[in-house]
Amino acid sequence: MFLLPAALLIGAMSFYPMAQAFILSLKTGRGTRLNFADPLWYNYQRLLQDDIFKLTVQNTFVYLIIQVPIMLVIALILANLLNDRNLRFKGLWRTAIFLPCAVGLVSYSLVFRTIFATDGLVNDMLMGLHFIDSPINWLGQTGTARIVIILGLLWRWTGYNMVFYLAAMQNLDYSTLEAAKIDGAGPFKTFWYVTVPQLRPMILLTAILSTNGTIQLFDESWNLTQGGPAYTTMSMSHYLFELSFQKNPNFGYGAALSYVILIMVAILAAIQMKVGDKRD
Amino acid sequence: MTKKLRRVPGYLFLAICALLSVGPLYFMVVSATNTSQDVLGSRMLPGANLVANFTALVGQQDVASAMWFSTIQAVGTTVLALLVCSIAGYGFEVFHSRGKDRLMNVLLLAMMIPFAATMIPLFQLFAQFGMINSSFAVILPAIATPFLVMLFRQSSRSFPHEIVEAARIDGLSELNIFARIYVPTMRSTYAAAAVITFMAAWNNFLWPKVIIVNNTYQTMPMLISNLRAGYVTDYGVLMLAVLLASLPTMVIFLILQRSFAEGMTGAIK
Repeated sequence: MFLLPAALLIGAMSFYPMAQAFILSLKTGRGTRLNFADPLWYNYQRLLQDDIFKLTVQNTFVYLIIQVPIMLVIALILANLLNDRNLRFKGLWRTAIFLPCAVGLVSYSLVFRTIFATDGLVNDMLMGLHFIDSPINWLGQTGTARIVIILGLLWRWTGYNMVFYLAAMQNLDYSTLEAAKIDGAGPFKTFWYVTVPQLRPMILLTAILSTNGTIQLFDESWNLTQGGPAYTTMSMSHYLFELSFQKNPNFGYGAALSYVILIMVAILAAIQMKVGDKRD
Repeated sequence: MTKKLRRVPGYLFLAICALLSVGPLYFMVVSATNTSQDVLGSRMLPGANLVANFTALVGQQDVASAMWFSTIQAVGTTVLALLVCSIAGYGFEVFHSRGKDRLMNVLLLAMMIPFAATMIPLFQLFAQFGMINSSFAVILPAIATPFLVMLFRQSSRSFPHEIVEAARIDGLSELNIFARIYVPTMRSTYAAAAVITFMAAWNNFLWPKVIIVNNTYQTMPMLISNLRAGYVTDYGVLMLAVLLASLPTMVIFLILQRSFAEGMTGAIK
């Protein structure tokens, strides 16, 4: 009885649309006039030949492979530093590093867009320090625009992951750390051989959450770079939105793309669980 | 002495990360009071252009209505989500059974479904019922989340069952037990859940963007996103709008930081 409202809503708002999306992905047509495609997997076939789709997959994986490991390592180091009982101003550090989480994705995307403008803050600072002679067109070139998105993601999410690690570390037995110290292990050895192995389940969880989030990236692609230049920073979800709700909506094709995202999330989570769950 | 020196890199790293974290936010706040030229000139001090920026912003966009729709939507989602998910969490734990465990596992699977995969059918569903452009359509998919159900379920584990038994013997109805005993004891879980849900709802962008096709009903994230799309961007005005859109969540965050952090990690203990 108590479960009914939640179960019904999750069913109607998640499972039912998920099934519908699959059926939809087998149909073609514009607007509301949709018919089953011939062959049924036509939309999926078409995706394989869609260069923009391939580019968005590539972009998403560039973000994933570069950003997620860097972020998790920095978050681990920060959490380890903050877990030190002798550290001063602990609350101040934690609040400052956690603060970006309070800002919405659209908001921070626009702030980053402003500071990485050609005549913006970052170029002014780099030129002031004589690192560069002329301003860099950060958002106008593929490589630098991707870097800006990665920096943005790092800025927004590192503190978030740090809090997960910090919570896990506080549940650790502090005596294991003391024991390592008494045995003569330095801070690096203690961190690597004592703390990290005990945090394994949490690292796995954050890896899955971050992967999941990056594959569904939308707000940054839309607001920070608008997918440009020439689709080279566009995320899969951004392309999905463009296909489904802009210009000439094609729900069937969009649904096929959305199913590719679903399958990617599932496969990557399965891989991570397999790798992360190994006991030594 | 060497012991103290060894701590220097750690403090340095923390200081750099803290500075980089706060820097862009400081710039956002300061820029809201500066002219567009000063923003691009990287002025790092407050200016005198706040009122002019505000006047320009209100002239371009209906900020009051966007704030209103954002508030309705975020508060509505939070209230309903807390109600529905806490009742479910309570049910899972207090009337525990094998079948419910299985149902829970199925519901948890929903956590892995990316929103992208349900977006188009959801849009069609709401279109069918003529609910495009309605706050209700924005709120409904966000009410029941497996994450919140799990959060309440895990926290309910520490809820003493003896009290429930005693209350039943005293003749309290199940609804009364929930409202009068469970809710007050679980206050801190409710606080954490409220913070998380409110922030997520306030900042939600993709779904409102899909289901709200008329700018009259836009939310704050949509409004600031549309500001960017203008031909010439006034950066002072833009930063002020971004600041206004971020203020509610930042204030809540600073007041309830603890419960936010606890809530985020609480479900995974």
